[in-house]
Amino acid sequence: MSSQSERQPFRTAVLILVWSWLLLLVLLPNLLVIGASFMTRDPSDFLSMPLTLDNYRRLVDPLYLQVFLHSLYMAVITTALCLLIGYPFAWALARVDKRWQTLLLFLMIVPFWTNSLVRTYAIKLLLASNGLINSALQSLGITDAPITMLYTEGAVIVGLVYLLLPFMILPLYAVFEDLRRELLLASHDLGAGRAATFFHVVLPLTMPGVIAGVLLVLLPAMGMFYVADVLGGAKNLLVGNVIKNQFLDARDWPFGAAASVLLTLAMAVLLLAHRLSRRHLGEEGET
Amino acid sequence: MSQTLLSVRGISKHYAGKAVLRSLDLDIFDGEFLTLLGPSGCGKTTLLRLLAGFERADSGSLTLAGQDLSPVPPERRPLNTVFQQYALFPHMTVFGNVAYGLKMEKRSKDEIHQRVTDVLGMVQLDQLADRKPHQLSGGQQQRVAIARAVVKRPRLLLLDEPLSALDYKLRRQMQLELKRLQRELGITFVFVTHDQEEALSMSDRVAVMRDGVLQQLGTPREIYERPENLFTARFVGETNLFPARVMAVNGERIDVDIRGLPCDLRKREFPVVVGQQVNVLLRPEDIRVLAADADHGFAGTVIERNYKGSTLDSLIRLDDGNLVLASEFFDEDDPAFDYRLGEPVKVSWVDGWEWMLPMDDADDVVAV
Repeated sequence: MSSQSERQPFRTAVLILVWSWLLLLVLLPNLLVIGASFMTRDPSDFLSMPLTLDNYRRLVDPLYLQVFLHSLYMAVITTALCLLIGYPFAWALARVDKRWQTLLLFLMIVPFWTNSLVRTYAIKLLLASNGLINSALQSLGITDAPITMLYTEGAVIVGLVYLLLPFMILPLYAVFEDLRRELLLASHDLGAGRAATFFHVVLPLTMPGVIAGVLLVLLPAMGMFYVADVLGGAKNLLVGNVIKNQFLDARDWPFGAAASVLLTLAMAVLLLAHRLSRRHLGEEGET
Repeated sequence: MSQTLLSVRGISKHYAGKAVLRSLDLDIFDGEFLTLLGPSGCGKTTLLRLLAGFERADSGSLTLAGQDLSPVPPERRPLNTVFQQYALFPHMTVFGNVAYGLKMEKRSKDEIHQRVTDVLGMVQLDQLADRKPHQLSGGQQQRVAIARAVVKRPRLLLLDEPLSALDYKLRRQMQLELKRLQRELGITFVFVTHDQEEALSMSDRVAVMRDGVLQQLGTPREIYERPENLFTARFVGETNLFPARVMAVNGERIDVDIRGLPCDLRKREFPVVVGQQVNVLLRPEDIRVLAADADHGFAGTVIERNYKGSTLDSLIRLDDGNLVLASEFFDEDDPAFDYRLGEPVKVSWVDGWEWMLPMDDADDVVAV
């Protein structure tokens, strides 16, 4: 008991730190962005009165809507690919020997030590017309001329998948770690084959991990403007590029802010879905 | 009753080079309550998993009502398992859990509803059908696990220490309930436990196992009163052991020497010769504690007494240093009946209540 009361000042300090961090660096900036999104563009001061909904109206302008939808499309493909690769990988990872598990997790973390922009340029070197892959194909006589890989939609998606795959695998690994083997045995015992067990037991129980993974991949995939800048050329823009361009090039802060708010809202919707799926499994409250 | 439902022949299983089951033979009768009893690591759970199909035996055969089970995957075996930690599906309601097996059989909605409702009524959970497992108490989860397995009407129900997670009182209650269910359903139960009291009170037959070998198979009474070896005698209940030497054999009676005291005992089934060493076994409740001036019995002193409610258990150190545990019922005529620590007494038993086993070399290494 006494040790707990001794720990109280530390606890209070940590809580104050966390809360002030969140208030100062998360809540406040977001409020500023939301506020800016309702203001009018001003060439000299960036923002000015009056308040308006114009910025949001411009978002549904066919020009931007198209960028937004194309960006969403690439993000969805990226997420699907990450899920397709990450799900079996995470399942296997949770089932292998503990020794291998540590090694594999370590190998997955290692790339994080290199800046993701640098890694994006590395992919560019691989995909370029005179890059590693094309040189290899040509010197092996498989192709005569370079294949155009850079500055395509595919290049952007490859880059996004490469950068975001760990964010899919880690939450999936966590749910597979929690998946008790006895539940699969029980399912078999009750007459379910492999497919039925997968759809009725494994999939629903790993759904929180799937949603968490989608959450961590889908939205960043729409925002990682430098991937589109480096690998995508002029045609393959992400929402992130639009936002960046509005703030830095077009100097239209209110419109950039409105686009940001849209992304934040999309995140909120996904977070809500994640929360609901966890409650569905009874993971909140007593266990 | 004694028609064989499942026959286990020469089953062996190794894990990482270590034998868990050694050429085990066992016949399970149709409709019986059979308990696999033994300390942890004796192979009882492995045997259950082999029956369920979760593991494959290295050698030997499993035959269920004439059908070879070996090539049949668990989902097509007509038997179901109640898991130790219940293994309820956390994302389904009680109803969903119980209905799962029937859904896999592609039964009609009406039939599923009817059968699930019936079986939930049987385990008194009809009010809780819409709850999720995490909203239930341990005992209720236990019942769901049982309902989920029996709703499939299996030929055989496998229960893997299903009561070990419950507290004592609930465990006693569930024991009675399981027994009642088994009678009502007429399903053969194979029950795994390390709790000998549970095994004796619930089973029609008990199979005592040790290190992957069947030690004894018999009714609870046979196991307790006529153990075939020292391991069984010591694992099932408390036992006082008196090493003895055969002095003379006179037809149905033999004279033995127990710690220098001559005793005239009934001859048992195994052959004895003069000079042979035997073990005389006595359960604590068969021990009689006499006054120090009695004309027979082994002299000793009371070194410990434990009030147990219905019995008084006392530990007596004999004059030669050996310990004897006695468990005596309270006598109506003498409600204040008790011993002083250090009180000199004599220890004896009613003629014929003792049990005798030949002494064999392996007896020395029995560890329970």
